[in-house]
Amino acid sequence: MIRSLRWKGAAFTVPFQLGFVFLYLLPIGYAVYQSLYLQKQSGLGLGGATREFVGLENYQQGLTDSAFMTSILRVVLFACVQIPFMLLISLVLALLLDAVTSKVAGRFRILLLVPYMIPGVVAAIVWVNLYSPEVGPLTPLGELFGFDWNFFAPSMVWPAIGNLLTWHGIGYNMVIIYAALQGVPRELFEAARLDGASEMRIALSIKIPFVRGALVLTALLSIIQMLQIFNEPALFRNVTPQTVSDSFTPIMIIYNQAFNAGNYHYAAALSVLLALILGVASFVFYRLTSREVD
Amino acid sequence: MALTENRKEKGAETAAVPPNGPAVRRRTRPDPAARSRGGQRFILVGLVLASAYSLFPVYWLIIAATKDRVGLYQSNGLWFSGFHLWENLQQVFTYEDGIFLRWTANSFLYAGVGSLGGTLIALLTGYGLARFDFPGRGVVFAAVVGSFLIPIALLTLPLYLMFSEIGLVDTPWAMLIPCLINPFSVYLAKVYTEATIPFELLEAARIDGAGELRIFFSIVLRMMTTGGATVFLLAFVNTWNAFFLPLTVLRGEENWTLNLGLYNWSGKRLESGIDVTSLVLTGALLSIIPMAIMMVAMRRYWRSGVTLGALK
Repeated sequence: MIRSLRWKGAAFTVPFQLGFVFLYLLPIGYAVYQSLYLQKQSGLGLGGATREFVGLENYQQGLTDSAFMTSILRVVLFACVQIPFMLLISLVLALLLDAVTSKVAGRFRILLLVPYMIPGVVAAIVWVNLYSPEVGPLTPLGELFGFDWNFFAPSMVWPAIGNLLTWHGIGYNMVIIYAALQGVPRELFEAARLDGASEMRIALSIKIPFVRGALVLTALLSIIQMLQIFNEPALFRNVTPQTVSDSFTPIMIIYNQAFNAGNYHYAAALSVLLALILGVASFVFYRLTSREVD
Repeated sequence: MALTENRKEKGAETAAVPPNGPAVRRRTRPDPAARSRGGQRFILVGLVLASAYSLFPVYWLIIAATKDRVGLYQSNGLWFSGFHLWENLQQVFTYEDGIFLRWTANSFLYAGVGSLGGTLIALLTGYGLARFDFPGRGVVFAAVVGSFLIPIALLTLPLYLMFSEIGLVDTPWAMLIPCLINPFSVYLAKVYTEATIPFELLEAARIDGAGELRIFFSIVLRMMTTGGATVFLLAFVNTWNAFFLPLTVLRGEENWTLNLGLYNWSGKRLESGIDVTSLVLTGALLSIIPMAIMMVAMRRYWRSGVTLGALK
C-alpha cells in the first residue's frame, strides 16, 4: 500500500484512538494509581485528611477482605448453577426451533425474544413485583398448589434472581445458538437419516457438537456478565434489604466503598482485582473448552 | 467465519419471505420429524410453553398498569379489575411536576445523540481498520477486542473522579461522552466493512481522483446503511438500558435516565413509606414501549447484529 494512503487510513481511526485513550486507558491507569494510595486522617481527624502512598496495602487488604471474597464466591457458585441451566434451556429451544418450518420458527423466535427487549432494570422491577407477596400473583398461585413460598427469604433470593436472569437471557442465547445451527450442512442430516439415525440421535451427535463454539461463547459472555452483576440485586435490595445486603456482589461492594464509605482508593484496588479475576476466569474457561474441541 | 455466518443469516431471512421458499422445500423433503405428527406436536407444545414463560410477566405488567391501588393489592393478579389506565398515566406524567417526561427526554437524548456520534466514530474506525494497512493497526484492533473484558466498575469509578475534576459530573456530557467510544460498535463496523466494501471499488474511486474523505462520506457511508443502522440500534439499546454509569455520574434528578428514575421510585417505599408501586409499574410499561417499537421496526438489523456479534 502506498505510504501516504497508509497514514490516511490511520487518520480514520484517530478519533477513536483519542477517545479510547481518554475513556479507557487513562481511567484504568488512574484507577491503578489511586489504588496505591490511602486517605489518612491526621491528628485525630482535626488536621484534615492527607493522601499517603501505601503501595500494595489496598490489594493485600482486598485479598483478605472476607466480605469481598465471599461476594465473589457467592457469584461464582451462582454462575455454576444458573449459566448451565439457562444455556441448556436455550439449546433445547434452539433445537426445537430448528425442527419446525422456518415460518413457524420465525414467529416463535420473536415471542421468545420479548424479554430481551426489556431493559434489565425494568425486568428486575417487574419480577420483584411478581414475587412480592402483596401485589404479585405468584404467592397466591403457590398457595393454590399448596406451596408456601417467600421469594425474598434468604434461601430463595438466589433462585428468584436466577429465574429473572434465565427469563431475560434465554431468548438472546437461543438466537445465537439457533444461528449456529443454521450453519450445519443439511446433507449431514440426510446421510444420518439414511443410516437410520433417529431425530434425537441426530440432535445429540451432529447438531450439538456443531454448535459447541456458540455454546462456549454464550457461556463466556454470561460468566463475564455474572461476575459484574449489579442491577438485579440492587433492585431486590430496594424491597428486601435484610436479605440482600449491600455487600451481596463484588460490584455492590465496590460501589459502596466508593460512594458510601468515601474510600475511593480501596474501591479502585478492588475493581482492579475484579478485572484481574475476570481476565483469569475468561482465559481459563476459554482454554479448557477450546482444548476439548481440538 | 463471521462473514459467512452473516450471509447465511441474511439468506435465511430473505428466503423466508417468498411463500415458495424453504418452507416448501422442507415439506417435500423426507423429514421424519415432520412426518411423525406426535413429534411435531411435542415440539410445538414445548415452544408454546416457553413463549408463555417469556410473555407472562409482560402480560401481568399490562394488567397491573390498568389497576388502581386497591385493585393492585386486592384483586386477582391475573385478570383485570376496573380500568384505571388513564388515571395511572396521568399520575405518572404529573408526579413531582412531570419529572417522568424529563427522564424520558433525557433517555432519548443520551441514547439518540450518544449513539449517533458513537456510530459515526465506529464506522470511521471500522473502515480504517478493515481497508487500510497501517502500522499499529493490530494494536488498535487488539485494544478493541481486549476491552470487551474490562469490568464496568474499573472504568466507571475513575471516570467519575476524572469527570468531577473537570466539572462534568451531573451534566448530560457525563453520559454523552462515554457513548462516543464503543469498542463493540467498532468491531461490528469492521466486520460490516469487510462484507460490503470491495477494495476494487476504492481503487476505482481513487483513480477517478476522489479524495479519501470524499470516498468515505459519499461512497462508503452510503453502502454501509444497513451496517450503520445495526451499529446504531445496538448502541441505542445499550445506552437506553444503561444503569451503572448513570447511577455513578448523575446526581441531580433532572439529569436522570428513565431507568434511574424508576429505580429511585421503586426504593421510595422503603425510604419514606410512600407507596408508589402503581406509578413504578405504569412507568415501567411506558419505558418498554419505545424499545419495543424500535426493535420490531428494525428487527432485521438487530437480529443480524446480535448473531454477528456473537459468532466471530
